[in-house]
Amino acid sequence: MSTRNEWPLWEVFIRSRAGLDHKHCGSVHAPDGALALQAARDVYTRRQEGVSIWVVRADQIIASDPGQKAELFDPMEDKVYRHPTFYQLPDDVNHI
Amino acid sequence: MYTQAMDIPEGNKAPLQSIEQGTASADFDARCAQGDFIEAKDWMPEQYRKTLVRQISQHAHSEIVGMLPEGNWVTRAPSLKRKAILLAKIQDEGGHGLYLYAAAETLGTSRDEMIEALHSGRAKYSSIFNYPTPTWADIGVIGWLVDGAAIMNQVPLCRCSYGPYARAMIRICREESFHQRQGFDLLHAMMQGTEAQRAMVQEAVNRWWWPVLMMFGPEDKDSQHSEQSAKWGIKRLSNDELRQKFVDAIVEQARVLGVTLPDPDLKWNAEHGHHDFGAINWQEFWNVVNGHGPLNKERLAARVQAWDDGAWVREAALAHANKQATRSVAA
Ligand SMILES: [Fe+2]
Ligand SMILES: [Fe+2]
Repeated sequence: MSTRNEWPLWEVFIRSRAGLDHKHCGSVHAPDGALALQAARDVYTRRQEGVSIWVVRADQIIASDPGQKAELFDPMEDKVYRHPTFYQLPDDVNHI
Repeated sequence: MYTQAMDIPEGNKAPLQSIEQGTASADFDARCAQGDFIEAKDWMPEQYRKTLVRQISQHAHSEIVGMLPEGNWVTRAPSLKRKAILLAKIQDEGGHGLYLYAAAETLGTSRDEMIEALHSGRAKYSSIFNYPTPTWADIGVIGWLVDGAAIMNQVPLCRCSYGPYARAMIRICREESFHQRQGFDLLHAMMQGTEAQRAMVQEAVNRWWWPVLMMFGPEDKDSQHSEQSAKWGIKRLSNDELRQKFVDAIVEQARVLGVTLPDPDLKWNAEHGHHDFGAINWQEFWNVVNGHGPLNKERLAARVQAWDDGAWVREAALAHANKQATRSVAA
C-alpha cells in the first residue's frame, strides 16, 4: 500500500436548490472529475440535498493565509459608512 | 464510544515547548475557551492535532467496520422493505466514515496512512463491532441501542472546537436519527408478532445491553486524556455522564417496547434523579479492545480483504485517468 497511489482529493460544492449558491460541503477522493462527481453524488446527496454539484481539485484552490486574517479583514471594521444604516435621513424619506 | 480507545494511554508525553509556542498555545487555549472554531490552516498545538487525528480516524474506522455486522443480514432481510432500509442505513455508515476520513485529512494525515493503521491493527475502532449478529433481531438492536449510544456521544461533538470535525458531526447526526428509529420500528414490529419473535428480541437485547454500555469507554476515574480534551472542546461530556444519560433514556423506551433490560440492579434513584445500574464487566471490555473479542479477527480480515480485492479497480481507474490526462495534453 503506497501513498503515491492514493486518488487525488476533490472539494465538493452543492447547490441545494435552484436559486441558491453552491456551498462547500466536503471532499472525496477520485481518480478523475467524472468519478469525483459520481462519488460526490453518492456521498453527499443521498437525501436529495442537492440539484447541482461542482467538484474542484483540492490542490487547485488558492486560499488566503489565516495568519493574514487581521491585515486582510480588520481594515473594514471602521468603515461603517459602507452600510445603509450609517445614514440618518429626514423621517419622510428614511425608508429609502 | 466510537472513539473509546482514546482512553488508552499512548505512552508519548507532550514535547517541551519554546517560548513562542508557549504564547501561541496560550492564545489557542483562550480561543477554545471562548468557544471559537479552529479551522484546518490555523495554528494549533501539535498535541491538539495528534489527538484529533487519532480521535477522528478512530471514529471513521468505527463507521466503516460498523457496516460489517449489519452487512451480514442484507441478503437475508425478511422483506424487500426491510432490505431497502438496511441497505440505506449501511450506506449512510459508509458515508459517515468518508466524511470523517476527509475531516481527519485536513489535519495533514492521508487516507492511505489511516487505512494502513487500521489494517495493521495499530488503529482502534469501537469494541461493539466485534460482537456477532446471529439473528434478525440483532439488526434492530444495533439500530436502537448501538446507534442510540452513538447519538448520545455525537450530538455534543457537533460543537467540537475543530470546525471540519464539527461540520462532519452535524451531517452525521442529521442522518443518525433514522438509524435509531428504524431499529426501534423493526423491534416493535417483531414484538407484535409471535412468541418466538418476542423471545428473539429479548435474547438479542440480553446479549447487547452490556457491550453497549461499554461503548462509552472506561469509567471517568480510569480514563486518560479526558481533561485536556475537555479544555480544548474536543470532548464535551465525560464517559460516565454520557452513559448515565443513555441509561436514563433507554429505560422508558424498553418499557414501551416490552423488553426487560438484563440488569437486576437497574432501578430509579429518586435522590439522584437518575437510574442506578449494575457493575460493568471491564475485563470483558479490555479483552475486546485488545483484540480478543468474539470477532476481532474476522472483522479486520474482512476489511483487509475488501481493500485488497479492490486494489485492481483503484489502480485501473488511476491509470485510465492518467492516460486521459496525457491524451488531452497531446491533443
Ligand atoms: Fe454512523
Ligand atoms: Fe448510524
